[in-house]
Amino acid sequence: MGAFFLLPIGAMFEFSTRGNGINAPRTLEAWSAIGTTPDLVTAITVSLQLAAITSVAMLALLLPTMVWVRLRLPGLSRAVEFICLLPLTVPAIALVVGLRPIYVWININVTDSILALAFAYLILVLPYAYRSLDAGLSTIDLKTLSEAARSLGAGWGTVMLRVVVPNMTSAILNACLLSVALVLGEYTVANILRFENLQVAIAYVGLTSAGTSIAVAVASLLFAFVLLMILSFVGRRRQPSLAAAATDPQYLTAGQRT
Amino acid sequence: MQSTTAARPGVEVRLEDLRRHYATTTALDGLTLTMAPGEMLALLGPSGCGKTTALRLVAGLEEADSGRVVIGGNDVTNTAANKREIGMVFQAYSLFPHMTAIKNVEFGMQLHKVGAAERHERAGEMLELVGLSAHANKYAHQLSGGQQQRVALARALAIKPKVLLLDEPLSALDAKVRSRLRDEIRRVQLEVGTTTLFVTHDQEEALAIADRVGVMNKGRLEQLGPPTTIYSRPATPFVAEFVGLTNRLAGEVRNGEVEVRGARLPLVQPDTANGPAVALVRPENVSLAADGDMQAGPLVGTVIATSFLGATSRVTVDLGDVIVLAQLPTAEAAPHTAGTKVRLSLRKDPVLIARDEKTATEA
Repeated sequence: MGAFFLLPIGAMFEFSTRGNGINAPRTLEAWSAIGTTPDLVTAITVSLQLAAITSVAMLALLLPTMVWVRLRLPGLSRAVEFICLLPLTVPAIALVVGLRPIYVWININVTDSILALAFAYLILVLPYAYRSLDAGLSTIDLKTLSEAARSLGAGWGTVMLRVVVPNMTSAILNACLLSVALVLGEYTVANILRFENLQVAIAYVGLTSAGTSIAVAVASLLFAFVLLMILSFVGRRRQPSLAAAATDPQYLTAGQRT
Repeated sequence: MQSTTAARPGVEVRLEDLRRHYATTTALDGLTLTMAPGEMLALLGPSGCGKTTALRLVAGLEEADSGRVVIGGNDVTNTAANKREIGMVFQAYSLFPHMTAIKNVEFGMQLHKVGAAERHERAGEMLELVGLSAHANKYAHQLSGGQQQRVALARALAIKPKVLLLDEPLSALDAKVRSRLRDEIRRVQLEVGTTTLFVTHDQEEALAIADRVGVMNKGRLEQLGPPTTIYSRPATPFVAEFVGLTNRLAGEVRNGEVEVRGARLPLVQPDTANGPAVALVRPENVSLAADGDMQAGPLVGTVIATSFLGATSRVTVDLGDVIVLAQLPTAEAAPHTAGTKVRLSLRKDPVLIARDEKTATEA
């Protein structure tokens, strides 16, 4: 299974370190070119900003909505789920064709502000983020915990930040990771809207320097991999005692004590 | 310890004509009651009778269609839940999983802007009050169900609430733990003196720890009174049958008494009109004897089962047309094994009449 992922990445890395000519020695020239190609640096910066904006906007929009629907409007949960999963069925090209006239209508020049692209990405990440957050919310007794916090004097903001969020850190990190991965790997929407993000820049750089474009592609994959590792590490660190409880005999018998 | 136990003097709580409907269902139909300062009042009733709705209206977790909730003289009907200064223990385990027991207890105090040092000290005292000082640094999943509910009680009391609300806090626990924790809740409540509303469907629980018990049915309060009155002088047939076991025996009301199978019994309501009726007789008011030659008669029957309950036993007797339960001290019930003939006698305690029923049926 690991080979399935590592083999192509290894091959990409091997390609990105080739020198000019068959017998030329290995070189990191393509990798060092990443930092010295201005368009690429700008594109990486823009993509990272887009990833951050999309993740924050996704959380700000989706988490309170899902919590409110679960607590106050459970009858709407199917409708919200349908709306959130809908982008899965809409091809990126159709989304852009639909968005472009709207941007024109509201006089937004899409090449001026990354917020326009972030809005499109927000729609694209909804299905993945929804699934992740929904799974997280299902693991806690949201109603009881929020009511307990309310009875102790907590306002809704406190309930969200001090009770809901800390108890679904893994789900939130998952949703963010999926959003970041999607944004960093997105090409179609940005290209059609004539916006130069990481993938568009890689495609352009690839026209003149294949080695550099592959090096950037490997770097972005490694970045996603590191994010995943951080997620896994943080997820485990959040609840070290859970792992202890699973193996410690004194906790296994706790159910019989009062 | 005294800094917490002298928490805040209990306040009066008034529910005035509270009504709540869900679509076509009436959850509360004009509930009115007053709780005295420091009193523990239990709302008892079957599922769907409106007792939990009443408690949630007091907590502010739901809104009443009409009526008022007055706590300590202040109308809080339209006050948000987090501003009502109530403490609540839920049926489901409600400790915040990402916090230790002591952090859970400190949570409410932190929101009430209690300083860190005082907060920590008071949280320690509250955990001591519920006997869990040794578990202060454990997370919820490291505590048993009973321990979690005790921490939840400490957490609710730590904010010095005006009212303590207990929403079936023992129902998820096993019988032994439930009984022990029930007594502990009562001890703590008496110690802190907080006015407490306790909701339960378990009559034993309600009768054991409450100063007064309110029996609810279909959104209405059927009877409100001390546990002994509720049990021995039920105001309605519903109360008589819901609280404790009851034999339903056909009889006839005549001049302030009811004649049941040849025995004349006084009535709880002596002004009951003459005519056919069903007398509701408690099993403990039925005595058994195996004397004489047991000629057939209206109160002679055959024992069909004996259930050992500990100090007492319940004997089921078939009188031919009706099954009657008798509850006796185990030593007295011992001779009455299944198949033996017995003669019943009915103690002359006042009985209640169910007029809306057709004829006598079974217990």
